[in-house]
Amino acid sequence: MTVLTRFIISVVLSLPLLANMILMPFGGHLPGGEWTQLVLTTLIMLISAKPFIHTSWAAFKNHHANMDTLVAIGTTTAYVYSLFAMATNRPVFFESAAFVTTFVLLGQVFEERMRNNASDAVAKLGNLQAKAATVIKDGQPIRIPLAEVQVGDLIQVKPGEKIAVDGTVVDGTSTVNEAMVTGESMPVTKQAGDKVIGATINQTGTLTFKADKVGDDTLLAQIVELVKKAQNSHAPIQKLTDQVSDIFVPVVLIVAILTFEIWYNFLHVSFATALIYAVAVVVIACPCALGLATPTALMVGTGRSAKLGILIKNGDVLEAVNRVKTVAFDKTGTITTGQPQVVDVIGDRQVVLGLAATLEAKSEHPLAQAILAANDRSSDLTVTNFQAIQGQGVTGTVNGQPTWVGSPTLMAQPFPEKWQSEMDRLTGEAKTVVAVGQGDQVLGLIAIQDTPKVTSKAAIADLKQLGLSTVMVTGDNQAVAEAIAKEVGIDRVVANVLPADKAAVVEDLQKQGSVAFVGDGINDAPALTTADVGIAMGSGTDIAIDAGGIVLVKNDLRDVPLAIELSKKTFNRIKLNLFWAFIYNVIGLPIAAGLFVGVGLALSPELAGLAMAFSSLSVVTSSVLLNRTPLKTERQVVMN
Amino acid sequence: MAHGLAIGIGIILVAFILWWFFGKHQVSTAEATVVEGAKKQTADVLVDGGYKPEVVTLKQGVPATLKFTRKDPSTCLDRVVFPEWGINRPLPEGKTEEIKIDTSQAGEFEWACGMDMFHGKVIVK
Repeated sequence: MTVLTRFIISVVLSLPLLANMILMPFGGHLPGGEWTQLVLTTLIMLISAKPFIHTSWAAFKNHHANMDTLVAIGTTTAYVYSLFAMATNRPVFFESAAFVTTFVLLGQVFEERMRNNASDAVAKLGNLQAKAATVIKDGQPIRIPLAEVQVGDLIQVKPGEKIAVDGTVVDGTSTVNEAMVTGESMPVTKQAGDKVIGATINQTGTLTFKADKVGDDTLLAQIVELVKKAQNSHAPIQKLTDQVSDIFVPVVLIVAILTFEIWYNFLHVSFATALIYAVAVVVIACPCALGLATPTALMVGTGRSAKLGILIKNGDVLEAVNRVKTVAFDKTGTITTGQPQVVDVIGDRQVVLGLAATLEAKSEHPLAQAILAANDRSSDLTVTNFQAIQGQGVTGTVNGQPTWVGSPTLMAQPFPEKWQSEMDRLTGEAKTVVAVGQGDQVLGLIAIQDTPKVTSKAAIADLKQLGLSTVMVTGDNQAVAEAIAKEVGIDRVVANVLPADKAAVVEDLQKQGSVAFVGDGINDAPALTTADVGIAMGSGTDIAIDAGGIVLVKNDLRDVPLAIELSKKTFNRIKLNLFWAFIYNVIGLPIAAGLFVGVGLALSPELAGLAMAFSSLSVVTSSVLLNRTPLKTERQVVMN
Repeated sequence: MAHGLAIGIGIILVAFILWWFFGKHQVSTAEATVVEGAKKQTADVLVDGGYKPEVVTLKQGVPATLKFTRKDPSTCLDRVVFPEWGINRPLPEGKTEEIKIDTSQAGEFEWACGMDMFHGKVIVK
C-alpha cells in the first residue's frame, strides 16, 4: 500500500474524531461515544500505522532504531493506554494516536513528492539522448537504434533532429543548439571539422558527421554519471548528523521516560497527563529533517549547476569552495583565447596584410595562422623563391620583387627610425610585431597578440564582486602578462612560470588562504590537483572530465564566478537546513516535555506530530527552492 | 506504592535501552556465493528494519551482484544509496532488485537507506 493511500484512509477515519474533539466543549459527542473512537482508531492503527510498527520491530531486533520507532512507540502508547483507560472508566485519548499517524503520513506524502522532484535532474539529462540515428551505409541512409551506432559510422542529421552521439562534422553547415548539454544559450555554427555533441539539436541545415564516441563514452553519458555521483555523495558537514542518527532515537526514548517519571513522581500530575508529555516528546523528536537536510540540497544544487554546464564533483568540493579566498588562473586558453590574433596594422592595411598573407600561406608558424585569418581578401599574387628563415621570418619574390615578413633584421638596409619607434611602442603593449617589406621599402607593421576572451573581463569583475582576489599564473614574460592582466582587471601576476612549476605557485598562494585554480584540465592537471578547488575548463567534447573538482563544460570564464556562487549558495542552504532541523528539536523537545507549562506553552502529541511533519517539509522545500534562488552572476539564458 | 513501581520500571527500561542499542552486539555478516566457472558472485540482502546481512564480503575482481529484497513498508528504506558509486536505486516493496557492484578495487564501501538512517557495508578483498 502506498503512503498516499495510507494517508487518505487515515484522514477519512480521523475526521469523525476531529468532529468529536470540536463538539466536546459544547457537551456533544459522536454517536456510539468511546466505542466509535475505539473502532476508528483501531482501523487506523491496523491499516495506516502498521508499517511503522513493522519497521520498528524489525529494526529493534537488529539493535537499530529510527524515526519509525518513535512514531510506532508514540502511537502505540497512546492507543494501548486508551484501551486500558476505557476498561477502567478513565478519560481516553484515542484521537492522539489517530492524529499523529495522519500528520506523520502527511509529512511523508509531501516529502516523497519533493524527493522525487529533487532527483529529477539526472533523469531529465538522461532523457535528452536521441533514440535513433540515420547512418549512411553503402551510400544509403538507414535508420538504426542508438545502441547500434558504432565509432566511425557516418551519421546524417536533418534540421530539427537530435545529434545522436559525439562526432566530427565531415559535410554540411548548420547551427546547433547545445544549451541542454553545455548551458550555452546561443546556437553554435558547425561546419566540416567542428565537433558536435550527442543529444544537442541540429537547427538550420543538414549535417553529416563521423561518430567519435558512443555509449558510455559520450559527453552526455559522462555528465550523467558525474552528476549522479555528486548527488549521492556525502558532504563532510553531514558527518555530524551521521553520528547523531545512531544514538538519537535511543536517547530520545530515555528522555521521554525521564519526562514521564519527573511529571508523575515529582510534579504529581495524573498518570495520563504524564504519559501525554512523554508521547509528545517521542513524536516531536523524529529526526527525518536532519537526515534530509544535506542530501536534498546537494541534489538540487548539483542538478541546477549541471543544467548550466557546471559540473560539481561532490559535497567535499562544495565545502572547499566556501573557504576559497583567491582564484588563480592559467593565462593561455583560459583568460585568453589561446589563438594569437592580428590586433594592429600600421601602413595600408589591405596591402600589408595581403602581401604578408601571400608569403605566410606557405608557412606553418602560429603567427602565420593569425595573419591568414585576418586577411579577408583573396589575392592572385604568386610567390617564388620562398624561404623560411628560422627565428626571423619568411622571404620570397612577389611580383618580381624581393619581399619579406618578419624581423627587421631581414631588411638589407638599416631599419628606418620612424618604423622602429612605432615598433617599440607596440612591443611595449605586449604585442608581437612583424614588419612587412618589399625591395628596399618598409610597407608596414603587423601587431599580433593572444587576446583575452570577450568574457574574461566580466568574469574577473564578477569574482571581485564576490570578494575574491585574482591571480594570473603564466609562462609569459612580465610585460606581456601584466598587459593582459591590466586589460581584464586581474590583481596580481606571477610570470615566467614553467608549466611544471604552476603547482608550486599554487602552494605558495595557499599560505594566504584557500586557492581555486582555473585551467584547461589537460596541461594544468598538477596545479588543478594541488589547489583546494580545481576548476577545469573545456569546450564541448574536449573536456577532461576527471580533472578538477569542478568541470566547466563550455569555454566561458564567466562560469567560474557562477560556479563559485552556486557552490556557496548550495553549501549555505545545507547549513540553513541543518540549523532548522536542529532548532525544531531544540525548541520543540523542551516544550513537548512540558518545561514551559508554567507560561501556558505546551504541545499535545497531535500538535507535535504536525510540527514534525512541517519540519521535514520545510527542509525539503528549502532545498527545492534552491532551484529558484537568484544568482548575481547568472546570465539570461534564452532557451529555444 | 504506584510511584515506587513507576520509578523502578523507568530505571529498568532506561537500562534496557542502553544495553540493547549501545551494548556490543554481533553484526550479521555474509560472504557472497561465488559461481565457479561463470565468474560471478552474488549475495542476497534482506531489507527489513535495516539490512540483513549488514556486511557483505566480496572477492576482488569477480563481477558481483547484490540482490536487495525489501520486505519493509517504511519509506525510509525505499531507496538504497552507494555514495562512492553514485548508485541511488528505488527498492519496490516485495520485489528483488539486482545491483551490480564494481569489485575492481579493494576496500570498504558503505551503503545506506535514502535517509541515511540504516547502514550496510560491502568489503571487497
